[in-house]
Amino acid sequence: MKHKSISYAKWGYIFIIPFFVAFILFNLIPLVSTFYNSLFENYLGRGGLVQVGPNFIGLDNFKTMFAPETELGKYFGNTFILWILGFIPQIFFSLLFASWFTDLRMKLKTGAYKVIFYLPNVIMAAAMGMLFYTMFAQNGPINSIYMSITGKDSPYMFFDNVWSQRSVIAIINFLMWYGNTTIMLMAAINGVDPSLYESAQIDGATPSQTFWKITLPLIRPILLYVLITSLIGGLQMYDVPQIITKNGEQVQRTSMTVVMYLQKHLYSKNYGMAGALSVILFVVAAVLSLVVFYVTTEREPKKKVKKGGIK
Amino acid sequence: MANLKKLLAGAMALCMAGAMFASCGNTEEGGSDSKSNTTNNAGTNDNKGGEDGGNGGEDGGNGGDAAGDLKEDKLPNVPQNVEGSEASKKVLKIYTWNDEFKSRLRDFYPEYDKEASGYDGEKVGEHEYLKDGTEIVWVTTPNADNAYQNKLDEDLKAQADSDDKIDMFLVEADYALKYVNGPYVKPVADLGLTDADLADQYQYTKDIVTDSNGVLEGVSWQATPGLFAYRRDIAKEVLGTDDPTEVQAQLSDWDKFNEVAKKMKDAGYFMLSGYDDAYRTFSNNVSHAWVNNKMQIVVDDNLMKWVDQTKEYSDKGYNNGTSLWDDQWNADQSSAGKVFGFFYSTWGINFTLAGNAGDDLQGQYAVCEGPQAYYWGGTWMCAADGTDNPETVADIMKALTCNKDIMLDITKKTQDYTNNKSAMEELAKDFSSDFLGGQNHIALFTKAAPNIDASKAGPYDQGLNESFQAAFKDYFLGSVDKDTALQNFYKAAQEKYPELTVAE
Amino acid sequence: MAAPVDAVGEMSNSKQLLIRRVVSYTVLTIFAILSLFPFFILLVNMTRDTNSIQKGFSLVPGSYLLKNFKTVLGNHDWKMLSSLKNSLIISGLTALLSTYFSALTAYSIHVYDYKLKKFLFTFILMIMMVPTQVSALGFVRQMASWGLTNSFIPLIVPSIAAPATFFFMKQYMDSALPLEIVEAARIDGSGEFRTFNELVTPILKPAIAVQAIFTFVSSWNNFFIPALILDDKNKRTLPIVIGIIRSADYASFDMGAVYMAIGISIIPVAIVYLILSKFIIRGIALGAVKG
Repeated sequence: MKHKSISYAKWGYIFIIPFFVAFILFNLIPLVSTFYNSLFENYLGRGGLVQVGPNFIGLDNFKTMFAPETELGKYFGNTFILWILGFIPQIFFSLLFASWFTDLRMKLKTGAYKVIFYLPNVIMAAAMGMLFYTMFAQNGPINSIYMSITGKDSPYMFFDNVWSQRSVIAIINFLMWYGNTTIMLMAAINGVDPSLYESAQIDGATPSQTFWKITLPLIRPILLYVLITSLIGGLQMYDVPQIITKNGEQVQRTSMTVVMYLQKHLYSKNYGMAGALSVILFVVAAVLSLVVFYVTTEREPKKKVKKGGIK
Repeated sequence: MANLKKLLAGAMALCMAGAMFASCGNTEEGGSDSKSNTTNNAGTNDNKGGEDGGNGGEDGGNGGDAAGDLKEDKLPNVPQNVEGSEASKKVLKIYTWNDEFKSRLRDFYPEYDKEASGYDGEKVGEHEYLKDGTEIVWVTTPNADNAYQNKLDEDLKAQADSDDKIDMFLVEADYALKYVNGPYVKPVADLGLTDADLADQYQYTKDIVTDSNGVLEGVSWQATPGLFAYRRDIAKEVLGTDDPTEVQAQLSDWDKFNEVAKKMKDAGYFMLSGYDDAYRTFSNNVSHAWVNNKMQIVVDDNLMKWVDQTKEYSDKGYNNGTSLWDDQWNADQSSAGKVFGFFYSTWGINFTLAGNAGDDLQGQYAVCEGPQAYYWGGTWMCAADGTDNPETVADIMKALTCNKDIMLDITKKTQDYTNNKSAMEELAKDFSSDFLGGQNHIALFTKAAPNIDASKAGPYDQGLNESFQAAFKDYFLGSVDKDTALQNFYKAAQEKYPELTVAE
Repeated sequence: MAAPVDAVGEMSNSKQLLIRRVVSYTVLTIFAILSLFPFFILLVNMTRDTNSIQKGFSLVPGSYLLKNFKTVLGNHDWKMLSSLKNSLIISGLTALLSTYFSALTAYSIHVYDYKLKKFLFTFILMIMMVPTQVSALGFVRQMASWGLTNSFIPLIVPSIAAPATFFFMKQYMDSALPLEIVEAARIDGSGEFRTFNELVTPILKPAIAVQAIFTFVSSWNNFFIPALILDDKNKRTLPIVIGIIRSADYASFDMGAVYMAIGISIIPVAIVYLILSKFIIRGIALGAVKG
C-alpha cells in the first residue's frame, strides 16, 4: 500500500495551497507586523494624530504587560469566567436537546424548535446586547417581574453588580450559541449509524445508557469541535460585554475581557502595547488549542490504525 | 442614472480629447467664480495661488442652467496623473458620522444644486452637485467603536500622498482640539474668512476650535448653551413657585442647589436623575485644562467638587441612580418621572426633552440658567489641509456660519440655536415656546451663551471625561473608595493616552 | 456496546415515555419562549417611535411600523437596499469560499500522506484560536496599502483560510468519510480533483450546510473590519448602516429605525438558515448510506 501514497502526495500539497496562500497574504503578514511592532514604542499621541515612535525598546512592552498593576491576569480571568458561565449551560442543554431531537423512541416533533433555538444566533451580538440592556434595565421587563415577585419597590441594578452583570453577559452568550451547538451535535448524532441505536433498543438499553455508551463516544470529534470553537468565541468575546458594561469600565472592570482590554490600546493606535498583548494572546490561544486537541484525542490512535492502511 | 453617467463620460472624453488645458481649465474657473467674495482672499492660499489668480477676471452670475451644462464637462473620479488630481478638484469630499450636516448643507447652502442632485427635501439622488458642477462626496462612518475617528485619522495621514483629497470634515466639541492642534486642518483665516465675518459667532464656539497658538481652525453653525429644565408642577409643590426667575433665585449657586435637592428628597422627589447629569456644568467651569504643559494629567478641583456632590446625592438619594441615555433616565423625563429637573442644552430641550415629556407634560417644563453656564454638544466643520477646493469650503463656511439670514432661516426651520449673536438676539425679542408653557427660552440662551467659557478645552477632553465619569461611578455605587476610583481613572487614562503621566 | 438488558416492563416503559415526552416538550417550549423573547422585544420596538422606546419596554405595540419601515428604506443616505445587496454578496461568497476551501484543506490532511502534513496540521490548530482582533489594525493598513479600500476582496477572500471551519470539516471527515470511498474512486479512474468535487462534497453536504450557515451569519454581522475598509456609501454592509442610523444626530435620532433596520437585517439570515437546515436534515439519509 505504501508505494501508492507517494504518487498522490502532490495532491495533498496542491489542495492545501489555497489555504496557506490566503493565510499568508491576509493573516500572516499583518500578524508578523503586529508581532514586530511589539518590540517598539509606537503609538499615536493625543488620541490618534501625533505619531510617537517607532522606537525600539526590546521587551519593555512585555514587561509593562506583565507588571502587576496592569492586571492582565484579571482580564484573562474575567474572560474565562464569562466564557465558562455561558459554556456549561450551553453544552448541557445542547446535548440534552440534541439527544431528544434525535431520539427515535420519543418521536418528538422538533422542526419548529430547531429553527427557533437557532434564531438568537442570527441577531448581531451588538443588537443582542442592546435588546438585553433594555430587558434588564432599571425599568425593563425583568425588573418589573422582579419587583412584583419580591414586592420590593426599587429595581435591582443588574449592570451595577459584579455577578449579575456577568450573568447577563453569560445568558446572552448562552442564548446566542446553544441553538448553534444543538444543531452541530444533532448533525453529529445523525451521522451515527442508526443500526447501532436499533440494536441498542432491541437489547433494551435505557435512553441514558444509549446516550452515554453509544452517542457520546461517537460524537467526540464534534464535541471537541464545539469546545474549541466555543473557546475561540470566548477568547474573542467583545461585543456583548462591551455594550452591557459600557466599554468594560463598569464595576471595576470585572467584566472586561482580554480583547476589550486590547481595544483600549487601539484607542491610541498603540501598536507597541497592542502588539505585545497580541503576542501573549497568540501564545495563549495556540497553547490552549494544542492542549485541548491533544488531551481530548489521546485515545484516538487505536482507531486510526484501522484507517492508516488505506493511505 | 446610467444614461447620465454615459453622457458624462462622453462629455468628459470629448473635453479631454479636445483642448484639455483650455476648456477644462476654463470651465473650472467659471465654476468657482460664483463665489466672488472669496476669490480675493483665496489668492493668498499657499499652493494654489497660480490657479486662483485667473478667477478675478470673470464675473459671477451663472444661471442655474448654465451651471448645469458646465457640470457635464466635469466627470468626477476620472483618474489622471496630475498631482492633486484634476478629478479630485471637482469633487468635494466631506467626512462625517451622521446626516445632520448633510441636511443643513442641502437645505440651506445656496450653491447646493437641488435639481441636479435630485433633492426634494427628503429624497436625494445618486450623485450630489453644487451649482458650479462640483460633486459632493460624503464619506460617512458611524461613531460606534470610534470608527469615525479611526477612519478619519487614517485618511488624513494619507492625505499628502493621495490625489483624492479630503476637503472638509466634521468634529464634535469633545475631540475637536485633537484635530485642531494636529497638522491636518487648514486655518480658517487661510481660507479667507475674516474676523469681521466671524464677529457674530459666540466666543466659546471659537475657543473650542482654536489651537494652542491661538489660530482658529474651524467654525460651527450652532451654539449649544445649556440651561436647567425643571418641572413646573414639582416646583410649585415644593418651592411654592414655578416662575423661572424665582426658581432661578433658589438655584443660582451650588449651595442653594443642594438645599433644594434636600427639599425635593423630603417631598419624595429626586433632584436629578443620574450620576452624570450635572457633570458638564462642572467640567465646563474648570480652572485649567486636563493636561498641563508637562503632559501630566491634572484633575481640576471643580471636577472633584462634582465627585463629592454626586457622592452626596447618591448616598442621600437625591438622584435616581441612572446613567445618561439609559431607558430609566429617559423615562424620568416623562410624566411618570419623579425627577425635578435636567441639565439640557438647546437641542436637548427642543428635541430630547420635548420628545420624552410627550403630550402629558406639554407646557409643564420651564427653564432657568441654573448654577453655572455650560454647553453641551455641537458640530464643527474643519477644512482639511491639502484640500483642493479651498474656495468652495470657505464659501460653505461663510454661508452656513456667518450669513445672518441663512442662520435665522436654519433656526426657524430646524430649531437649531445658531451661532449668530445678532440673529439670536433678534429672535429673542419676541419668542414663546409652547413646550415650555410660553416661556421665551431663546432669551435665556442669548444670556447664557456669552458666559460659557471653553478656553480650558483640550484635545484630551473626550477620552478623559469618559474615563473619569466611568471610574467614579464605582465610587458612587460604593464599591470602591475615592482614592481607588482616582487611581482607576489614571490607569484608564494612560491606556488611552500613553504619552500622559500623572501629576503628583 | 450492548448494555445488559434492563428489567423494565412494557407497561411502565410506555408510561415512562409519555412522561419523558411531556417533560421534553415543556422544557423545549420554555427555551423556545426564551429564544423568541429578544425577537418579541425587537418586533414590538419596530412598531414604536424613539421617545416611547427610550422610556423603556412595553408590551403594547405602537403604530409606527409602517413609518419606521419607510424611514429605513426611504433614506437615501443610508441606502439600506444596496447595503442589503452588498451584505448578501459578501456573506454569500464568504460562506461559499470558506466552506469549499476548508473542505479541500481538510481533505488534503485527511486523505493524503505527505512530509509536511503533520507540521501543517499542527500549525493550523495552533492559529485556530487566535482572535481576529489581534491583527485587525495591521490588516486594515495592509489592505489600504494594496489599494483594497472599498473593495470586497479583503472581506471575502481571507475566508479561504478559516481554521475553525477547516477543523470542523476534518472532524466530520474522521467520522463520516471512510478512505475506502476514495480508494474505490481511484480504481474507477477518477482524478483526485474530480473525486473531491463529485464524490466527496456530496458526502460532506451536512457539514458544508452547517458551516455555511455559521460563516454566513458571522460575516453578515461583522462590523469592525468592514467599517474600516468600506466607506463608499454604495459599498456599505448592513452593520455599518445600522451603526450610521444609531449615530444619527439628536434631531433625526430614531430608535424605531434602528430596531427596524436590525429587524430587516435578520430576515435574510433566517431565510438562509431555513434553506440550509433542510440540507442538514437531508444529510441524515446520506449519512446512513455511507454506513
